[in-house]
Amino acid sequence: MTVYEGYKPVIGLEVHAQLTTDSKMFCGCKVSYGASPNSRTCPVCLGLPGALPILNKKAVEYALRMILAVGGEVALHSVFTRKNYFYPDLPKGYQISQYSQPVGRGGEIKYSLENGRTKNCRLNRIHLEEDAGKSLHPSSKERYTRLDFNRCGVPLIEIVSEPDLKSPEDAYSYLNKLKQILQCLEICSADMEKGHLRCDANVSVLPKGKKKLGVRTEVKNLNSFKGVKRALKYEIARQIKILRAGGTVKPVTLWWDENRRAARLMRTKETSEDYRYFPEPDLWPLAIDMPWLDSIRRSLKELPDHKYNRLVKQYKIRPYDARILAADRLLADYFENVIACYNNSRDVVNWITTEILGILDETNESITEFKISPAMLAELLKSIDDGIISGRTARQVFREMAATGNSAARIITSRGLRQITDKKVLLKEVDKVITANPKQVEKYRSGKTALLDFFIGEVMKSTQGRANPELVSDLLIQLLKK
Amino acid sequence: MPLSQIPQIPYIPYMPDYQDMTACQIAEYVKAGRMSAVDIARQALALAQSEGHNLNAFITLCEDKALAQVATVDKKVRAGEFVAKRASRRTGNSAEISAGALAGVPIAVKDNISYTGYPTTCGSKMLETYIPPFDATVMERLIDAGAVIIGKTNMDEFAMGSSSETSYFGPVKHPLDPKLSPGGSSGGSAAAVARGIVPLALGSETGGSVRQPASFCGLYGLKPTYGAVSRYGLVAYCSSSDVIAPFARTAEDLAVLYSVIAGHDMRDATSLAGDHPDYISCLKTDRKFKIGIPKQYFAWELSCQVSPVLNQAIESLEKAGHEFYDISLPLTNKAIATHYIIAPAEASSNLARFDGVRFGFRTAGETDLKQMYLRTRSEGFGDEVKRRIMLGTYVLSAGYYDTYYLKAARVRELIRREFENAFKEVDLIITPTTPTPAFKLGEKLKDPLAMYLCDVFTVPSSLAGVPAISVPFGTVPAADSSLKLPVGVQFIAPYMGEKALFQIASILEHLKE
Ligand SMILES: [Zn+2]
Repeated sequence: MTVYEGYKPVIGLEVHAQLTTDSKMFCGCKVSYGASPNSRTCPVCLGLPGALPILNKKAVEYALRMILAVGGEVALHSVFTRKNYFYPDLPKGYQISQYSQPVGRGGEIKYSLENGRTKNCRLNRIHLEEDAGKSLHPSSKERYTRLDFNRCGVPLIEIVSEPDLKSPEDAYSYLNKLKQILQCLEICSADMEKGHLRCDANVSVLPKGKKKLGVRTEVKNLNSFKGVKRALKYEIARQIKILRAGGTVKPVTLWWDENRRAARLMRTKETSEDYRYFPEPDLWPLAIDMPWLDSIRRSLKELPDHKYNRLVKQYKIRPYDARILAADRLLADYFENVIACYNNSRDVVNWITTEILGILDETNESITEFKISPAMLAELLKSIDDGIISGRTARQVFREMAATGNSAARIITSRGLRQITDKKVLLKEVDKVITANPKQVEKYRSGKTALLDFFIGEVMKSTQGRANPELVSDLLIQLLKK
Repeated sequence: MPLSQIPQIPYIPYMPDYQDMTACQIAEYVKAGRMSAVDIARQALALAQSEGHNLNAFITLCEDKALAQVATVDKKVRAGEFVAKRASRRTGNSAEISAGALAGVPIAVKDNISYTGYPTTCGSKMLETYIPPFDATVMERLIDAGAVIIGKTNMDEFAMGSSSETSYFGPVKHPLDPKLSPGGSSGGSAAAVARGIVPLALGSETGGSVRQPASFCGLYGLKPTYGAVSRYGLVAYCSSSDVIAPFARTAEDLAVLYSVIAGHDMRDATSLAGDHPDYISCLKTDRKFKIGIPKQYFAWELSCQVSPVLNQAIESLEKAGHEFYDISLPLTNKAIATHYIIAPAEASSNLARFDGVRFGFRTAGETDLKQMYLRTRSEGFGDEVKRRIMLGTYVLSAGYYDTYYLKAARVRELIRREFENAFKEVDLIITPTTPTPAFKLGEKLKDPLAMYLCDVFTVPSSLAGVPAISVPFGTVPAADSSLKLPVGVQFIAPYMGEKALFQIASILEHLKE
């Protein structure tokens, strides 16, 4: 880590995670992405005069899942607060949020770096708030802004870390882990590119050996995992450059422009907004009763770290593979569902990590969109074991299954891919190969037995790979002896 | 058909003038088929157009919907739907009230309560053209009960004022003297009832906006317990104090209207879930009340003007067997300062949505966003609204929050406790409603502090969230005319203690006779 020679970056992240509740935080409007603009709105989320917020209990439950999962402390009494500012996509002129009395405090997130080293980041707080609408600036030619309030009032949790992250790589891995936990708890789709996760970073650099924290800047608009890394690198370098030149870093807020790969000044401290927080009078303080909290605790989904340990122990798979599965709850579920029908964990994990992840990567699909169900994969693997098809043919069948969604049996039958195990048929093929290659036969018989693979290959070729390789091998050995 | 055109043939029973009747009587006559709801509505609309116009009491008349409503009411009467049937309610804990309790009763509603089909202006240029796409919960309940919404009444802009003069649509005039203010901010509703255009009206209370005009106009006015009536559809001024509040000319009418509008509502998170008693059948009572007289309310120098009426009320009640006790509410003189920090603070936030972006007024020809905000709000709001927004913005600002808002919130809590403790000793507290009878239009408009002090007796109970009523009892001579001006007596009750308020109002009503 010589990049920051003489300096230590200190990073804290504020992550907004959109909760996947059915309805919005304070009204009955459906949460849906891609609906036509302003079709998911009502007097409440449009902030019409006289409309009042009613708290969606599900959003609270989701926040509690997160707080419990990271070992945070749940406040049995917390307060909703109005955060006041003017912006066209904020219809009430204030956002209902939490400020001095958030629903969650503390907790920590363990994450591992790419080199396998694990680190720890403490959390400061987790609180509930509502999302704003979207301002769309169609083109520079249009002299107006379009507003879409479908997102307005969608529940969010804000997860604020302590400044425990020491590098852009730390931040990247922390975010990845956060994403895994959110997905595992089934409270957020956590797709950063789709805006489910939004991240702001607080960055300062500290000359090595000094204890007092440096001046902090805030970088906003970090909209992808790679963007976070890039923006942090950019800002750390910018601050170090200033310090090296003997200057001082100013406490500013910067806006990250991913296209230009640069940050621009958004506001200085002098012009920083005064949000005039005060308790939301339209909602009583949020009281959480213990029986409810306990029931949420009991129904909590298995977290990635626990899942990893269990997968290794229960299925005896390699740690490397277990890590891949534990990182993606849906993939792990897929694995376990295949195992339920086909009990060879190593085979299954190999197929998942090589074939399935390969295809998903090509098609940019998620495992839930994948056309081969766990039962279908199990059926395919069984047909290899049963000698119906060879491993090689199986890969061909697999590709077609993934493309069409048809079952293995159907593809094998319709394409005539069933393995040839009939000795009479195979004998004919073997004969043909021996007759066609007299030189090789001579060499084999003179001791070059390694040529057996050549003969097998020729038979496979002539049968389009359908011959049962073991039977072919046995027959060849017998016939070549003569 | 207008009344005058009905031929006087002997077998047609005498049809009384709705203006001389209570709301309960009107409903009874309409349900019995002895009066036509359509006729009453036509007369009320005509009166609203003539008399209402003179008083500037209405901003909008709701003729089309009113006539549609009465047609429904008359149809239901003919179908016998109102006969001995209990009203069905969405929730179980509403007040018990018979079906069609307000059948055919014309009613006026303050123009900060949302009603589809007509503008809800809040007396502001900002909302002159805003037509809400939904009905306030109270409007649904009124219509369910058979009431007929005649019009939306004039008010101080966004309910900020105590004289109904800050309205963009001009000041409301007092029915007794056009030079006087009917009080405010619900002055249009008060004037409409006092003039007899309607027997009932809804206003809204934040710090006395119904009790004070009730006192000035000689009406019964109730400020319900905070949360007892759904605020859904009421344009917010100070959300933690706002409550929709009824006016009537009799105690019974007031109780009926309150029964119709009160009760839990799923759409208002601060709405109270809890059972309401039958307020109407409990009006007649032999109960002897223990009533506290807080010395702080009587030390007020101005109150000498209204004290003869108050003393008379105390005397009559004492004679009737009710007991009076001296009590002390030392925080009374902190209430105005507290209220005028909390209310503007919430208002500055509640009124942020009037920004010219989505509805209502927007300044013309501005392309810069910040300038559009500035000009829209500068041109769309009146002076008093701007004053309170600035005051509220200030007290919530970083560095001032603790000194002002937080301190006020703490004092409010103490005031709440002070009432709680007082009600351990007494059933009710008696005070003047206002320090003076109706004052002249323009008299206090240039002196905001003097205007704020009008609410000195009504604000403490608003801060505490407890219910209070203004009961008309006597008059005092006007300062510079031969007029006798009505003066109200205020009773304050513990949390959810409306029943006792209706009872004492009814007792005093009979003593007056
Ligand atoms: Zn909505």
